[in-house]
Amino acid sequence: MDKLRKEKIFFSLFKLISLSIVSIVLITLFFIFANGLSVFNLDFLTRPPEQGMLGGGISSPIAGTIMIMMLTVIFAIPLGVGAAIFLSEYKENVDPKVVRIIRLAINNLAGVPSIVYGLLGLGLFVLFMNLGFSVLSASLTLSFLTLPVIIAASEEAIKNVPHFYREASLALGATKWETIRNVVLPSALPGILTACILGLSRAAGETAPLLMTGAAYYLPRFSWNIFRQFMALSTHIFYMATQSPNPDLTRPIQYGTISLLLFIVVSMNMTAILLRAHYRRKLR
Amino acid sequence: MMRDIKYKKPIDPFEEIIFQKAEEKIEFDDFNLWYDDNYVLKDIDIEIKSNMITAFMGPSGCGKSSLLRSINRMNDLIPECRYTGEIEIDGIDINSPNTDVYELRKKVGMVFQKSNPFPMSIYDNVAYGPRIHKMANRNLLDQLVERSLREAALWEEVSDRLDDDSLSLSGGQQQRLCIARAIAVEPEIILLDEPCSALDPIATAKIEVLMRKLKEKYTVVLVTHNLQQAARVSDMTAFMYLGKIIEFDRTKEIFENPREELTENYITGKFG
Repeated sequence: MDKLRKEKIFFSLFKLISLSIVSIVLITLFFIFANGLSVFNLDFLTRPPEQGMLGGGISSPIAGTIMIMMLTVIFAIPLGVGAAIFLSEYKENVDPKVVRIIRLAINNLAGVPSIVYGLLGLGLFVLFMNLGFSVLSASLTLSFLTLPVIIAASEEAIKNVPHFYREASLALGATKWETIRNVVLPSALPGILTACILGLSRAAGETAPLLMTGAAYYLPRFSWNIFRQFMALSTHIFYMATQSPNPDLTRPIQYGTISLLLFIVVSMNMTAILLRAHYRRKLR
Repeated sequence: MMRDIKYKKPIDPFEEIIFQKAEEKIEFDDFNLWYDDNYVLKDIDIEIKSNMITAFMGPSGCGKSSLLRSINRMNDLIPECRYTGEIEIDGIDINSPNTDVYELRKKVGMVFQKSNPFPMSIYDNVAYGPRIHKMANRNLLDQLVERSLREAALWEEVSDRLDDDSLSLSGGQQQRLCIARAIAVEPEIILLDEPCSALDPIATAKIEVLMRKLKEKYTVVLVTHNLQQAARVSDMTAFMYLGKIIEFDRTKEIFENPREELTENYITGKFG
């Protein structure tokens, strides 16, 4: 009887802890969306900031984030998938020591705080490579930041392609690369795609690296030029909350921007999860 | 050949002509193979005739699959694999540095124990090899795919759904698709590595009928742990034990008049 009661107490305790985690997430989301959705309308999404950043919309931060994400995709995916292919398929061709060093580097890259990436971007891209404060510098920095995620998950996806597919292709006289291109990569594609979406959704919310590589407080004229400075959703939130002459007045803009950013990140993660679930079901 | 007379068996003249006319296709010349320190194939010295089914049987671990995989150099994929001696196909050493291993594997098709069609359409599976080797333009490719599927006795069952996923086929159909895929690159030799071990008796029977048809055009080398299958379909049978060829002869001889005690014990089920 005593044992039973003890078990019940502990069970309820653990249940409470798990529920409180879920409720924290739900309360935060509800709070943000409840405050943010009232701001949402076509004007908010399509007009640039106005009245000395106290009014208007967030069109230029949206465009900036889109530009950065697209460039990050272009830089990070070939690099990440290429590294994953090398690590999973060609590692026999090099000294195991080299492979160990590469792995160590990637694992460490994953643990580096994002502000350090910002400093790296500032030093390497902005100053050393003379790309200036620009969309390009920011995208390159973010693609470094997403690389570990993309490499690790892509490698996993490639490794999960059954060995007998490779054997079948090689036995038909295909070369290793033909086998990778025609059999391994198509089979691993859903996994790789999931990896890329997860990596990008992490990049979408990053703030510190952008602050150091070219995010502007305000740009009077928006341009699609990737060599210019930019506004982005994450940095816009930061500036509105901390740098604005009147943070209270900009609160609706902050909530609106946060809502949009959260919506983007959550829907990207959901896509990745659904894609993975669909792929798993198909494999069975 | 003279041995037949020793046993005073009536000679079937038709069969005799077939065996005597058969040309030598693959020759193992004092071939030895190791995986690391594991001595897998010992002094293999045999000739495999063209347009016949040659079966290798023996208990698991006797090296029969390793022997099969030496013929198309799939053992190259295993870094710790070493060998001595020669394997010749049509008199040419396949392990010489001048051999194009991709050409070799085109010439020597392989079907695996577990059917392994690619997760693509039926058509794309068969067209995979010809596309890799740039063997045909689109029009010819259609014909090549149809011919391969017909030769693999699968055309009637799939002709109206070539674009369906290959994984929607049954196990036996998948295995025949793998045979069609191997045939499509126009090989001369087909290696079958226990092709029926995962199939039910009906699907197995279909594949066996197919094998007999295939030997008219190709040299078929079959690895099987199924004695009855070796007895039913093969012309020549080799019995392997612990990496050695214990006995290699016409299938009839092996099963009716084994010379070695080990062979006799194996086919009578004393061990296996």
